[in-house]
Amino acid sequence: MGDHSHGSPDDSGTVAKAGTGTLDKFQDPGLPPHRKRLADTDPRAEKRAERQVALLFIISIIGTLSFFIAYFVLGRPDNLSDIRVQNAMLGLGTTFAMLGIGIGIVHWAKTLMPDHEISEMRHPIRPEADRLDAVEIIDQVIEETGIKRRPLIRNTLIGAIALAPIPAIFMFRDLDRTGKTAGEMVEQFRHTMWDKDVRLTRDPSGTPIKASDVQIGSVFHVIPEGLDEAENVLNEKAKAVVLLMRLDPKKMDISEGREDWHYEGIVAYSKICTHVGCPVALYEQQTHHLLCPCHQSTFDLTQECKVIFGPAGRALPQLPIKVDADGFLVAQSDFHEPVGPSYWERG
Amino acid sequence: MSTTTEYTPKTTTGRIANFVDSRVGGSAMVKEFGRKIFPDHWSFMFGEVALYTFVLLLISGTFLTFFFDPTMTHVVYDGSYNPLKGIGMSAAYSSTLDISFDVRGGMFMRQVHHWSAILFVAAVSVHMLRVFFTGAFRKPRELNWVVGGVLLILAMAAGFTGYSLPDDLLSGNGLRIIDGVVKAIPVVGSYISLFLFGGEFPGTAVIGRLYALHIMIVPAIILLMVGIHLFMVVVHKHTQYPGPGRTNDNVVGFPVGPVYAAKAGGFFFIVFGIVAAISGLLTINPVWNYGPYDPSPVSAGTQPDWYIGFVDGALRLMPGMFGNFSFEWLIPFPWGTNTLSLNVLFPALVPAGIMFMIMFTWPWIESWITKDKREHHLLDRPRNAPFRTGMGVAGVISYCVMWAAASSDLIATHFLVSLNDVTYWLRVLFILGPILGFIVARRIALALQRKDREIVLHGRETGIIEMAPEGAFAERHEDLDAYKLHQLVNYEDRKVIPAQPNAAGHISRSEKNRGALSKFFFEDRVAPVTPSELAALKAEHGHGPAEVEGSSSDSIEK
Repeated sequence: MGDHSHGSPDDSGTVAKAGTGTLDKFQDPGLPPHRKRLADTDPRAEKRAERQVALLFIISIIGTLSFFIAYFVLGRPDNLSDIRVQNAMLGLGTTFAMLGIGIGIVHWAKTLMPDHEISEMRHPIRPEADRLDAVEIIDQVIEETGIKRRPLIRNTLIGAIALAPIPAIFMFRDLDRTGKTAGEMVEQFRHTMWDKDVRLTRDPSGTPIKASDVQIGSVFHVIPEGLDEAENVLNEKAKAVVLLMRLDPKKMDISEGREDWHYEGIVAYSKICTHVGCPVALYEQQTHHLLCPCHQSTFDLTQECKVIFGPAGRALPQLPIKVDADGFLVAQSDFHEPVGPSYWERG
Repeated sequence: MSTTTEYTPKTTTGRIANFVDSRVGGSAMVKEFGRKIFPDHWSFMFGEVALYTFVLLLISGTFLTFFFDPTMTHVVYDGSYNPLKGIGMSAAYSSTLDISFDVRGGMFMRQVHHWSAILFVAAVSVHMLRVFFTGAFRKPRELNWVVGGVLLILAMAAGFTGYSLPDDLLSGNGLRIIDGVVKAIPVVGSYISLFLFGGEFPGTAVIGRLYALHIMIVPAIILLMVGIHLFMVVVHKHTQYPGPGRTNDNVVGFPVGPVYAAKAGGFFFIVFGIVAAISGLLTINPVWNYGPYDPSPVSAGTQPDWYIGFVDGALRLMPGMFGNFSFEWLIPFPWGTNTLSLNVLFPALVPAGIMFMIMFTWPWIESWITKDKREHHLLDRPRNAPFRTGMGVAGVISYCVMWAAASSDLIATHFLVSLNDVTYWLRVLFILGPILGFIVARRIALALQRKDREIVLHGRETGIIEMAPEGAFAERHEDLDAYKLHQLVNYEDRKVIPAQPNAAGHISRSEKNRGALSKFFFEDRVAPVTPSELAALKAEHGHGPAEVEGSSSDSIEK
């Protein structure tokens, strides 16, 4: 055991100890004596361990076979509950197949393979002599290139290397193949499908909504009429979805310039959260609050959807609406500001 | 040609070795690794779990690629899951449904893949906590700690890119949040978003792009990093816990062949078995319940996968408005007004940024404060490094507060408390929690060290109560054996190192700061018992500590 004790971390290595004089330290007693296992001394225990390992491997074989049973006997289940059963059986078959092997091997290693701990010396990662040689070689290589003596070569090379990868960045320009200029690309964020006299229709059926259908307390998930014919339905829908609600006009706190944006207390607001763009899907009709389920931004409908709680920094944009000749709700125009999360160019 | 006699192998092993070695070499490798010593401890297992779950990810992921269609082409579902029959959706979502319902074992493989991903990030995280709290990142392993941190980031990137692929309602809303965060980046944010989605969100390009990242680029970098990581483990040899016979200059453990290889190899199958059991019995990410992505609906109470939770939670904790003050700033420039969304940018970047920055630089911060440039191969028990344990706990708490915040709505509905109150409390906890955590954890560590000292000085409590002739009752204490004693006294005693003047006799500002930090961390410390101290105590008592406690006032427990 004495072989194993080589001092403690404080007096190892080449670092000299700051002078405390003699080390007042306990002696390392070395590795504790090895304790024999049952299987090392008792042949019957050894035999038993051997049988246990073999049994575990047999369990693994049974597990693999039961995988095949689940795969073939259950065939191709066509309903969810049968698929669940098959999935569970495939899983359990695999579980036994794997655990049998794994536990078997570990049991084998722990009971039958030698369990003597061995001590091995560490070596310095690299001798210092090597390091000096390496520095010398590198210096010599640099010297032979003459790069230090020839700044013209060095500087033009740096210039060339700095420039060469830039095309690789520019090649990614066509990740956007809409053919728009930079300004036009960002300008898209400002516009939605809403326009003068576009009807408000139900999501997803697309049926128009009469003002008389909208009762106090009810909420409509609204899409613009003709959304299905749009070139890219999801892109348009991602900006144009609107929530339609009716309030008692007396409760509404209307700011200047928005007096005629509602119709008898029927108001339409963008459903896209101004925080990071989740749909603000929850309407609490008692408190007139709109809540975004993603990050809990809360907007007060009576105060033109001003933020009253949560991480959003800005009110939901309002869609000005009116009623057309047939009594259907229509937009007066597009939104007056970009919907959804803020971006640098939004202003 | 050779003048020496040809080596003629006699055994089968010899013949194979001869064939291989005389063609490609390899004997040197067997010599190096065949009996290499690895220390054994249960806490070294987490790294193995991480590696094995990654292997499972490669296996199950490869299977899934044969059936998954990473395009957003519009199709009408016609598979065997009735509730979605006839509904329009992307090919990606439709093929995910096919894998779940029409490929036998496909559901199982999907679940193995998802559960492995969750366990992979968890194992990487716990492994890093083990490395941190035991000080395994110290010289010469600092770079390997950094590689580990990069692997954690890559693991999260792999997880998130994969999470988005099925193009169901849940993952689509996740992508929309990413889009919102990206747009908040100043100057380039809008363009990154437009390029990522090939135009406006959601477009028809993003799934294919995430797919390339998810199945090729990210795993390739992970594989490379894992290679570097393991290579460095071999170069450094594994650390070991302190103990009798275990020093900074040796490695005590089992040889790779056969014991360590058998245990580690067997452990792969155990990890596989456990993942298979979870995947067979517990449903994860039932995409068929959510339906295809549609920008209008959203399900309440949705959660991201756990490892993204802390960023999502930070987004929830940040107030957007403070009274009438909005964190969305409008900045007037000569060319017009630009928008800076601090309410999004700040929580998305700052907490994670600070966390990773401290994490990556901690080995150097610590060695700067302690002026310790030596190599360390012996680990610290967490109690024996109270300052580090305190810092680690502070980090864990700030992470966990953000993480809990990602479930603020579920906390509110499950415990029937107000959602707003949950958020307010978590905001307070986010500020105070780490500070309290540091103080409490450090105090606990110091108290445990004091307990160790007590045990060394007064021996082990035997539970035997003795009555003295004069009638006093006392418990008999027994001397520790040399091995146990060594375990309790053999640790690094870090002392305050006050600011030192440099060669010119001047104390620099950074050295002053270092001195102050050193004082902050090490002013309170518990020194290990020394032999002379123990001898003095024994001499004072006139008898060994094995004798009756209670005869001297200082050993009575207070």
